[in-house]
Amino acid sequence: MKTSMKALLMAAGMSAVLVGAAADAQQIAPASILPPPQIQQKPADTGGLTGSVSDDSAWVDLGIDIPSFATPADVPTQASAGGTAALGRAIADVITADLKNNGLFKPIGPAKLPAIGMGDVTQPDFPGWSSRGAEMLVHGSVRAGSDGSLMVSCYLYDVRLQQQLTKAAWTFTAGDWRRAAHKCSDVIYSRLSGESPFFDSRIAYIAETGPKDHRMKRLAIMDSDGANHRFITTGQAMALTPRFSPDYKKILYLSYLNGRPRIYIYDIASSSQRLVAETGNPTFAPRWSPDGKWILYSMAVAGNTNIYRISASGGSSQKLTDTPGINVGGSYSPDGNRIVFESDRGGSQQIYVMNADGSNQHRISFFGGKAATPEWSPRGDQIAFTRIGGGGFGIAVTDPNGSGARTLTHGWQDEAPTWAPNGRIIQFFRSERGAAGRSSLWQVDLTGSHERRLPTPVDGSDPSWGPIRQ
Amino acid sequence: MFSKLPTAAKGMVPGAMVLTLGLALAACGHKPPKTLPPEPAPAVSQATPPPPTNQGPVPGSAADFVAQMMGKDTIHFALDKYSVDPGETPALQAQAQWLMRYPSKKATIEGHCDERGTREYNLALGERRATAAKNYLVSLGVDASRLTTISYGKERPIDTASTEEAYARNRRAVTVAID
Repeated sequence: MKTSMKALLMAAGMSAVLVGAAADAQQIAPASILPPPQIQQKPADTGGLTGSVSDDSAWVDLGIDIPSFATPADVPTQASAGGTAALGRAIADVITADLKNNGLFKPIGPAKLPAIGMGDVTQPDFPGWSSRGAEMLVHGSVRAGSDGSLMVSCYLYDVRLQQQLTKAAWTFTAGDWRRAAHKCSDVIYSRLSGESPFFDSRIAYIAETGPKDHRMKRLAIMDSDGANHRFITTGQAMALTPRFSPDYKKILYLSYLNGRPRIYIYDIASSSQRLVAETGNPTFAPRWSPDGKWILYSMAVAGNTNIYRISASGGSSQKLTDTPGINVGGSYSPDGNRIVFESDRGGSQQIYVMNADGSNQHRISFFGGKAATPEWSPRGDQIAFTRIGGGGFGIAVTDPNGSGARTLTHGWQDEAPTWAPNGRIIQFFRSERGAAGRSSLWQVDLTGSHERRLPTPVDGSDPSWGPIRQ
Repeated sequence: MFSKLPTAAKGMVPGAMVLTLGLALAACGHKPPKTLPPEPAPAVSQATPPPPTNQGPVPGSAADFVAQMMGKDTIHFALDKYSVDPGETPALQAQAQWLMRYPSKKATIEGHCDERGTREYNLALGERRATAAKNYLVSLGVDASRLTTISYGKERPIDTASTEEAYARNRRAVTVAID
């Protein structure tokens, strides 16, 4: 009982600390015995994220048992994993891998656990699981709908409190069964950490093969865990810098099709693409606005590069920057009101912020060295960027006002950060020094102490992490 | 079109003077070729190309340009810079002479960077370098409409090593004649 109270309090306490949900926490336990929140309110000029990162906290050590999801009848499905019984096992496996690969909790998967029946899903055998030493328990069910759909439920229990902490259910097409697993992972993660979800999301990136001087670069997409991987382009024309649209229906990317580097907008459903802007000049560095209605692009004219904005449905472009030299990239704040971008107008690559209409352009990076590829966090509280100096690149973050810069990674070349949907993990690509020209996708948390390589079928670069799927 | 010298070529010799100097120095560059050409053709001293008497490239062809340039199809840049170094102007003069000899020929100038810049910035920097080379050729009398530019950023290194020597070779603008 003591341990389970501790576990629950930890979860409740983290909610309070991480999202300031003190009221919610008080419903679970008296405020007087809650650990004091480390950060109640984010200071306007903070030096960093101390206390609000999700790694060394005690909840990551929570043991979670995840047996196969039950099914009322083993019905064949269209899913590659098989019938509903096999899917029940596969979903539990995916949840286990989600948590384990991200260093979250101490999950135990279905291979090492007894099977459950449908009755257990809502009435778990608490004494039995308790005797196994489980602290948290995930149960769920899979049933086939008459129209080929799958209905998946997901329950999270505190074993020693013998209490249901949360539950959810979804209906997906059979081919999307992995999304049900990711949704369940998100429910578990959010309930226990107090953070926003991130598992049910996708990544666009550039798949790389071949020698360094003739590298083949193809547009590819995959789920956040690397599953459902698909190459979009053949590699005949070099592809770079993809960006998923917020609704995951389109991808902006740079292609050297017909020997001219220009931005295309690729429609996934129809496998067709069109130029974003009809111009005789090279266009690159495409970006979406958070609502998907606007596209930022950079265009070189007579050697000078400036940033432009165009409606995603076409029309005329608006020039946002107008200085000699290089203005490139751009990343919207989550509310769409401001844009952080890169410019060498002061003599070297640095980070600037402007209003969405191009007004009030001002530099925010004064960190020493150069700063490139800024990306605004989906939470709005941080900007990630590539810090250049000391003979290499590293991934760093800063407050939007330019204070509190911290370097998170120190690879030889760690470049091009992209945020997890919940703003708690940063993905980037790491290039290896030397003639092989290898590159790979990596993740780091906001403390910089937990790095993880993402497995991809071939080398990878330019990752772009999209939002939580609706 | 380009009534005055582009800022990119700041510090270089005025165009007319360069052209005169260039004619005088034709095929007499002091720098060794960066790459071995396939089959060095004899130096051409006449404005009219001689008839093809051997197995060499067809005069006025892209292969002929490569052979004639003997490495002068490429100029190099300082780190994170795009201005044309005075030491690189003989190469551009040689390119301009060939292009003026074959006025129907077009050329593309490829801008490249070393790997120590970020990908998108290098795409922009490569475009600046290619444009600087183009502007210089235009200042020597080549019609701007014959020249296009393309940037490959750091995506197409000619030397794959991660050394200062390799970086210096990779920071370049390469003129490619189009058949």
